[in-house]
Formats: sequence, C-alpha cells, structure tokens
Amino acid sequence: MLLQYIFKRILLMIPTLLVTSALIFTVINLPEGDYFETLAAEMQAQGEKADLSRIEFLKQEYGFDKPPVERYFRWVTGLLQGDMGYSFEYQRPVREIVGDRLLLTMMVSFVTIIFTWVVAFPIGIYSATHQYSWGDYGLTFLGLIGLAVPHFLLALVFMYAANIWFGTSIGGLVDPQYLNQPMSWAKFRSVLEHLWIPVIIIGAGGTAGMIRAVRANLLDELQKQYFVTARAKGLPPGKALRKYPLRMSLNFFVSDIGDILPSIVSGAEIVAIVLSLQTTGPLLIRALQAQDMYLAGSFLMFLSFLTVIGVLISDIALAILDPRIRLQGTATK
Amino acid sequence: MDILRISDLRIGFTVHGLARDVVKGVSLRVPAGKTVALVGESGSGKSVISQAIMGLLPRAGAVTGGEILFRDPDQPGSSVDIAGLPAEGTEIRELRGGRIGMIFQEPMSSLSPVHTIGNQIEEALLLHRPMPKREARGLIEAMLKRVGFKDPHRAYGLYSFELSGGLRQRAMLAMALICQPALLIADEPTTALDVTIQAQVLDLMRDLQAEMGMAILLITHDLGVVANMADEVVVIYHGEILESGPVESIFRQPRHPYLKALLKASPHFDMADGERLVALREARPRAPVVRPVMTAAQRDAAPPLLSVRGLRKSYTTGARKFFGKGTLSTVKAVDDVSFDIRRGECLGLVGESGCGKTTVSKIIMRAVKPDTGTIRFDDGQAPVDVLALEGEDLRAFRPRVQMIFQDPVSSLSPRMTVMSILREPLVIHERSEGAEQTARVRSLMEDVGLDPRFLNRYPHSFSGGQRQRIGIARALALDPDLIICDEPVSALDVSVQAQILNLLKDLQAERGLTFLFISHNLAVVNYMADRIAVMANGRIVEIAPRHLLFTQPRHPYTKALLRSVPFADLDRKLDFKLAAPGGASDSTHWAAAFRQDPDGDALTHLPLGEGHFVLARPGADIREMA
Repeated sequence: MLLQYIFKRILLMIPTLLVTSALIFTVINLPEGDYFETLAAEMQAQGEKADLSRIEFLKQEYGFDKPPVERYFRWVTGLLQGDMGYSFEYQRPVREIVGDRLLLTMMVSFVTIIFTWVVAFPIGIYSATHQYSWGDYGLTFLGLIGLAVPHFLLALVFMYAANIWFGTSIGGLVDPQYLNQPMSWAKFRSVLEHLWIPVIIIGAGGTAGMIRAVRANLLDELQKQYFVTARAKGLPPGKALRKYPLRMSLNFFVSDIGDILPSIVSGAEIVAIVLSLQTTGPLLIRALQAQDMYLAGSFLMFLSFLTVIGVLISDIALAILDPRIRLQGTATK
Repeated sequence: MDILRISDLRIGFTVHGLARDVVKGVSLRVPAGKTVALVGESGSGKSVISQAIMGLLPRAGAVTGGEILFRDPDQPGSSVDIAGLPAEGTEIRELRGGRIGMIFQEPMSSLSPVHTIGNQIEEALLLHRPMPKREARGLIEAMLKRVGFKDPHRAYGLYSFELSGGLRQRAMLAMALICQPALLIADEPTTALDVTIQAQVLDLMRDLQAEMGMAILLITHDLGVVANMADEVVVIYHGEILESGPVESIFRQPRHPYLKALLKASPHFDMADGERLVALREARPRAPVVRPVMTAAQRDAAPPLLSVRGLRKSYTTGARKFFGKGTLSTVKAVDDVSFDIRRGECLGLVGESGCGKTTVSKIIMRAVKPDTGTIRFDDGQAPVDVLALEGEDLRAFRPRVQMIFQDPVSSLSPRMTVMSILREPLVIHERSEGAEQTARVRSLMEDVGLDPRFLNRYPHSFSGGQRQRIGIARALALDPDLIICDEPVSALDVSVQAQILNLLKDLQAERGLTFLFISHNLAVVNYMADRIAVMANGRIVEIAPRHLLFTQPRHPYTKALLRSVPFADLDRKLDFKLAAPGGASDSTHWAAAFRQDPDGDALTHLPLGEGHFVLARPGADIREMA
C-alpha cells in the first residue's frame, strides 16, 4: 500500500519537473536577446572590439541559431545525463562552478531548518501550554521582532556587532585560505565556525513564523476531545501532550518540509551577498542578470528538483505518520 | 454505601476578568452499583460537575467551595476529597481512568485518529495495572469482545475512523472500563447516535453495570433515556439542583414546576390530534391568525405541490489505485425515491444518519444533481420541471422553496447583523426597495416573536432558539410555498424545541405553508407531520399517514425504529433486547419479503390502503406478516 503510494508520487514528479523546466526555460529566454548579444553590447560599450566570429561560432556550438523548442530539448536531455551545460560567463562547465557552492548551500539550508525546528518547537509548545502568560507574551514579542526585521538588515547588524565587539570579520562561510580547496577536516571546522551566524540570521524569520504556527496548531489540538480523554485515563499531562496533541500537530510540520526548502534558499540569497557567503545565491543572481542561460537554468532546475523532493519526503512522512492518509487514500490537509 | 458524595459544590469561571458562578452549591450522591442521572439543559452546569469530579476543569474554572468525596469500595473506610486534590497530582491521576472512567458524547473526536483502538485501551490499562504486554493484549481483546466487537483480534489494530459511530462508542466504553472502575461518568453517551444504536449502547451499559457492579453517573438532557436507565434522578437548572430523588417519585410526582414543564414540553407518541405542546415560553404572545385553508376534499383534488419520481443519486467512494480499479465502490445515497407533497401538508421524512434524507432535500433545492428522476413543482398555476430549470428560470424558482437548517450557529453568518441576514434574500431577488424592505424585515421579526429592536445585533448575542427563529424568518422572507426543515430542532434543548415546533405549526396555519420535515426523532415528526415517509439505505421503505404509521407499522425497519425510541414514561420501558445487532437498517435481519430477491423482480411499494405503502417483494402478503 505504502510502496504503491510512494511509487505513484515519484511518477507524479516527472510531469511536475517537465513543466517547471519549460517555465524556467521560457522565463530566462523572455528578455530581448541572449547572452551573446549582451556580451557584444557590453564589449562595445567598453570600447573593445567584439570578436564577432568567435561569438558566431559559440552561437552555433550551443544551438542558438536553432528554434527555442530544439534548444529546450537539448538542454533537458543534457540535464537528464547529468550535463548541466556550459557557463558562457565563466567559460567553464556549470557543474564545476556550482559544485562547491551547492554543497555549502545545502549545508546552510539544512542546518537552518534544523535550527528553526530545534528552537521553534520547545518555544511553541511552551507558548501554547502557557497561553496568555507572561512567558507567552514575551516569546511572542521576540518572535514578532524576528518576523518583522528583514534578513539583510539583521545581517548588517550582526556584521557590525561582530566587528565592534569581537573584532572579527564574519563574512564568508570558510576562511579564505580554504576557498576552492577540497573538503578536509580543517576546512570543515572552519565552515562550522562561520556557519552559525548565517544560520541564525536566515533562520530568525522562519523560526518566528514557525513558533506562531506551532503555538496556533497546538492550541487547536489542546481543545480537542481526545486530549481530555487521554487525561481522563490518568495520563500525566506531559505524556498526554506528547502522545496526542503534539503528534497531531506534527502533521503541519511535515507538510511544511516541502515549502521550507525554497523559502530558505531564496531568503538566503540577499543575506549571502551581504555576508559574502560562498553559496549559490549570488552566483544565481549574477547569472540571471547576464542571461547566462545554462548556468541560471540548470541551477534553477536543481532547486526545483530539491523542492519536489522535499514535497515527496513530506508526503511520504505524512502517510507514515497519519493512518487517515495511509488508509483512506485521500489527503486531508 | 455512596461511592460519590458531592456536598455544596461551587464552581466559578473567570472569563475576561469576570468571575461567574456556574455551579452554585450542588449536593448529590451516587450509591454503589446504581445509576444516577444528572438531567439538565445546555448551560445548566451538568458537564462542569463531571469535569470537576475528574479534576479536569478548564483552566478558567475552579472549585470555589464544597467537597467531592469519593469512597473507593476496594478500600472501605477511606475517602478522598477530589475537590481538594492538586489538579495534576499523582493521587487524582490514580483515580482518573483507574477508579473513575469516563465516556463522552462524540465518540469520533474522543478517540485519537492516529492511534489504534488497541493502543489507546492498552495505554489506559498499563497506566493503572502494569503487566506484560502479551497479558494486556489478552485482557483487552476479551474486553473488546465483551463490548460487542465480533473480531476483537482485528479490532485491536483498527483506527477510530474505520469504525461506525456505535462501534466507536463501544470502544470508548471498553477503554473506560478496562481498569474496572468503581464509577463510570457518561456525559451524553448516546446523544450523537441513531436511535436504534442508542438502545444497543444503553443496553450494553446496563449489562456491564450488572456484571462489574460499577456505579454510573449519567449526564443527559433526554428524559426518555433517564426513564429507562436511572435509579435516581437529579435535575439541575442554572447550576442549582431543583429536584432529586428516586426515578419513581421524580417521574410520577414531579414537584418542581420546571420539571413538570419539561415533561409537558417533550413530544410523545400518545398526543391527540391537534394537541399542542406546552412550551416553557411561547415564541410569541399572539395566537395564530388561521387563514382559511383548503378543505381536505379540495386539497386531495388539487395536484400535489411537489411531486418527486424515481430519484437516484450514487456516490463513488474508496481509494483509487494507480493501476486497475482499486477499492472503488458505489454507494447509492438515494435509490428510486418517489413521493408527493400536497399543498398545505407537512410530510415527515424519517431515517438514521446516512440514509439519504438530506441528499433528497439537497436535490429538491437544486444543490445536488441526481443521476435520474424528475421533480415537478405545481403551485396550481404553472407546473415546473424543477430539474430542467436553468439560468434565469432557476433563479426565479428559488424563492419558492426555502430551507431551515439544523445548526443555528453555523447557518447564520457571524459577520452580518440580523438586519442584513434577513434582508439579503430580498436584495438578491430584488423584492421592493429600501424602506419597504426594512418594514418587511421588521414584520418578519415579529412573526417569529423577536423584538425588531434586535435587528442591529449580531447572531452571537442570541441563544440557540432565538437563532433558529432568525433562520426561520430568513426562510420566510421570500414567501416560499415549500419549506424544507432539515432537523430544525435536533440541536436545541427540549424546552426550546417545543417553542420552535409550535412556532412552525402556527406559521404553517397562518400562511398555508407546505413543509418537508426531515428528522431522526420520531416523536418530533409525529407531532409535526400529516404523513410520514421512512427512509433506510437510500430507499423509502414505508410511507403512510401519521396515525397509520404509528399504529400499524409494517416494515421491519419502521417497527425497529418505533421500538427503540426511549419514552419519558416509566410504564413504557424500552425493550432493549429487540434491537437488531447490526443496527435496524441492516437489511439482512429483515424478513425475506422485504429483502431484494436476487433472482426475482425488484422491490415495489405495495399499497395497503388509505395511502399506506410499504416496500416489499411484489406479491408478498404483507397483511399476514403484520
């Protein structure tokens, strides 16, 4: 039953990703011209003489003289074989440019999600079980501040504070000497040293939102009759809370996994520029500006893939967690 | 010996900084092995008392005085004052579930949907009587078998949403009784169940009580249930005890005017034609202005106002598998339903939940499209084919049929004043303008006995009965010919129920209204309807004039329904053992003549004379089976 469900969900991913790829391709190709025209225009503006024959050759090489539909299919088939294409801007395969940054991005995102949960869960539970107490009000206030302050501002404040008080620069994710080095124990430690600041900054808004969500969800569940039943059996309050309302409010979290990945990745980009993190964010923005078709497109595709995987994981987890979904075959959300 | 003795109990609630006493000096006792019924209407404080006994008062509430003495028969000589125990201490938790079990009104929401039945019962058992899991499982399966699960081994692993309402309540009983408590608190245990299932669950509770010797504190508003279950009765009103004593003296010589009034306000089967319920307070002071209605002869000669023929509607349920058909199954919600409603008549439609009665009403309202069938609406001028109406014609037809809903809370928008609620139909159908509409709304308010000065208020400031009157006024706003009343009083207290029923009757007499009155409560239908149609499994199994249906029911389902209604009368106790095990609508228990013959012709409505029809095999001799 469950296996069949998973299989069905995986099959459903295929059309989703196809539509996404078509959308990405269309949007990137929407502005006038392409990378080569932008390049030629930039060179001319800087007074250099554009090497028109070279541009012409590249255009042919990458099929830019072909109709868009054909280029789309070439791109998609390439992706399927693991070929993310070639970046014109960097004149290197996309995979080489992106590789290291992707790893760091995923690490930052993953740690941020964990951070969000670890902080938000206990606070949300406390707020819900102590509704309208001073603790609840205080934490709610803090949470609202977290929600209201823009990430990049928080990033600037952190950088300033760290400089003034600790005299350290917190920019970047690794010490410069490890940049473009293969992963090693020392590099990993250096990453860990730098990681906590972006994690706190990027996670702040999400954590605050999640606290509100946990509180609201749990408050709903605490009103439910089955919680009274559990206590009427004589269960201690903590145990009753964990087994029944908390378990029910987990549904919300799990279905949130799918949404949390893209929001953290996109929310992180501006912060990444401010803190000059070596994640993929700044790269993506630059690539989009320059219409670096393969870099931007392949990268966006990768993000969509992550999102779809996130949704898949959350759906499977939901089905395992909630027998109503598993046994009735219908999603209740 | 008294298991429970409550003396001078006071419970206060603090809402928005205002302290308010909800229970004001209540004293009562529950003797060992006996059933005490705590009777009262919503808001009387009866549930709060049960919460206090369990130590489960909401955070806003607190015991402000008095004591709740619990004497465990297993430890004679000692007694605990529950009111004095710390709210989450070990002592009270030992009692909860261990010595005092509790079941609730809504068996669906009382069980966790994500844990199996077995898991939830096991938790209760192991909490109070630690033992190896294997041994626990044996005990639990024995208990499940005792409360009526046919296959307890399988039932152990089922989830609550896989069970019917009756089985869920049985599972709750198993959970509450697994530790053999000395006291069972049952808070409206059968209110949400169908009447035949109610009879079974009540029967089970009596049997288990006889076996295990526990005392029951039964909290209910239903005097019929009380008369059949209780040894002693305590009547509570606004947090004060009005009357208490053995069931005999309470029912035979009620002393307090409130109780007397309550008994007179409940509809029963022995009411004479034209007898009127005595509401505690009538909706409006004035007597109905009876319009000359058509004579019976005229009425019979005229074409029926609504003529329904061969309605069918099926739904597909179950999981759709990716490959193949999966577990899809078709449920016939409405199966070949035909009936007529004559002008000025009230047709009662009776049946258990899920029998299709609401679907029929939705089809007539054009909210659901039937698979096949016709509906003809004829007001004597121009007959209309209701199901063929489209666009502007449909819009013009809509005011002719209006609806009164079950839940007076959710059927009125909380964001609209009463004025805008009542005016909305007039605006939608462009009936008159500004001042005239206001005047119309004011007269509607007076018609349902509400003060027109309340028009600027919002629904939340009205009681349930008043809200239902607003709902009635809204249905009347467009001067409909036919009003469909879908369980209009089942969410209301008995005293308010009589008021609403009388109001509906008066309005019918004044305006010559025609009603389709849908209800699961036979006594209410008996009071309102001229003719009654009984539905089971999507089909009308019997249709007859009111008195015939009650005096000479022919169909086994109708008979079972009539037998299962608990009367508020000690001389007509329920015969619990007659209730069919799978519920009365389980057609396998019906006599062969009423079941579909797999090879023979389809079932048909056999005429029994005087407009009495019963669904049976063609050619079956029903008269002999009576």
